[in-house]
Amino acid sequence: MKLSDLRYDLSIIASWIEPGSRVLELGCGEGDLLHWLKKEKAVKERGIEIQESKVEKCIEKGISVLQGDINEEIQDYPDNTFDYAICSQTLQQVFEPRSLIHSMMRVAKKGVVSFPNFGHYRVRMQLALTGRAPVTKELPYSWHDTPNIRVLSLLDFQKFTEDAGVKIFKQAAINTGANPRQGRRTTVLPNLLATYGIFLIGKE
Amino acid sequence: MSEYTDSSRPGRTVGLVEKKTFTFAGPPDRLRLESGAEIGPVTLAFETCGTLNPDKTNAVLVLHALSGDSHVAGYYDPKDAKPGWWDIMVGPGKGIDTDHYFVICSNIIGSCCGSTGPASVNPETGEEYGTRFPVVTIGDMVEAQKALLDHLGIDTLLSVIGGSVGGMQVLEWCARFPERVRSAVPLATTSRHSALAIAFNEVARQAIMADPNWNEGHYYSGKKPDMGLAIARMIGHITYLSDESMRLKFGRKLQNRSALSFEFGAEFQVESYLQYQGKKFIERFDANSFLYITKAADYFDLARQYGSGSLVKAFSRCRAKFLVVSYTSDWLYPTYQSREMVKAMKKNDLDVSFCEIDAQWGHDAFLLPNDRLDHLMAGFLKGVFDEIE
Repeated sequence: MKLSDLRYDLSIIASWIEPGSRVLELGCGEGDLLHWLKKEKAVKERGIEIQESKVEKCIEKGISVLQGDINEEIQDYPDNTFDYAICSQTLQQVFEPRSLIHSMMRVAKKGVVSFPNFGHYRVRMQLALTGRAPVTKELPYSWHDTPNIRVLSLLDFQKFTEDAGVKIFKQAAINTGANPRQGRRTTVLPNLLATYGIFLIGKE
Repeated sequence: MSEYTDSSRPGRTVGLVEKKTFTFAGPPDRLRLESGAEIGPVTLAFETCGTLNPDKTNAVLVLHALSGDSHVAGYYDPKDAKPGWWDIMVGPGKGIDTDHYFVICSNIIGSCCGSTGPASVNPETGEEYGTRFPVVTIGDMVEAQKALLDHLGIDTLLSVIGGSVGGMQVLEWCARFPERVRSAVPLATTSRHSALAIAFNEVARQAIMADPNWNEGHYYSGKKPDMGLAIARMIGHITYLSDESMRLKFGRKLQNRSALSFEFGAEFQVESYLQYQGKKFIERFDANSFLYITKAADYFDLARQYGSGSLVKAFSRCRAKFLVVSYTSDWLYPTYQSREMVKAMKKNDLDVSFCEIDAQWGHDAFLLPNDRLDHLMAGFLKGVFDEIE
């Protein structure tokens, strides 16, 4: 499997993971990232996913996964069980993100967090010009049915890590197009132009 | 568990299989039981399907529930009306694929289905053991199965799989012989009975023991405690279903009548169903075996046995990779009991997967056709097998 077989944002996360490490993914979906990491980087993988049908897909791929709520399931692991705890495009759906990130920092040496950037110019323009809650490709729900209850921008997350005593080791602001496997890094005005942010974080 | 599933699906089967037996602990040896009692010789009935590979790395041990037997798949005779009890899962191209794995299904000591149990003749007296048969535990059952595996020359099992009381044997295997179990699938089971589960078993046992024909367990030369055993089975069946499945299956529908009769016959369909299940059961099962096996299930307590009361400590002995499966409507062994096990496994950094399957059929769901379980099983086993390649 090539790195380009993965969705673009996942391929960046995958490139950050050291071979042979222990990886926990919170909200692992159908297990695409863990499957790739297991095959190509020989990681020891664990996933947590709440949807039964997605858990089935993971186990069919030979991935170890627990069906359950990430906020609860993460509690059972002893300190420093993992090298990485990954929370890919799920943080914006978590009721208590600060508590979850602290749990990630407890069970793993490093964390990877990615989320859609609410500071993107299309989001800003929609609210400014139409006066209505933004609905975008990255955040495609209406205000009343969205699971994304904690929308945030790249700057919001950076400020959050400072307050929470968490260090950012790496970050990638990216822009993805129609093809989910393609995208590019956003180096100019990332908080305005990037559709997603990805952060590698750790304890101070 | 229920009578063999009625809803078998079309598909290939393993074909004709044979009921085999293995006898050990003959004189001068005896099998020492957990209670301290000794017994011998001991016979275990078993069945095998598929082919053992030259490296002997593809052996899967399947363990049956309370009233099951070693006949897991295929047919003894082309004229048999029904295949083995898990034919929907075990066979070529099925969840436990006999094109790839060598499947062994072992019966248990205490059973009446070809293994040594209370209905067997005690060689020392020339009479059936009856209640002179020693009380056996899940650990004793597994100890006997280990002797069978030694006899078959299988050192390490690719997987041990079983539901309900079979799942207890799976857990016992993992704790008792950790070095011989590569992976394990405990389905719809528990690490120890709740008071609710013990209560139902006790009422069932009381029904048998209150039957005048039971005669303190010595009935083999006379009338059998059929009524007691049938009632015990009916109680069991209630716990295997669920409120929802009973509502969907029977509701308040009447059996062969359109109005209430104001008599005490079986009027509601659910009554008729339970009576039918009770009648079918007495034709194939021994009342004393029912007493012994339910007692073993009630005694089973992984935390007490291996962890001085701590389930986390008990699982610290285990090495297997686990797939734990529970069912949403199982109120005999509810999901929270599976989650307790998963939690203890996680605390030991064991490799565990867990899935709660949404099913309305109660505890019995694990025996019914379910694509999800087929896929979970096939994917999990392949993953474990690929890791040793």
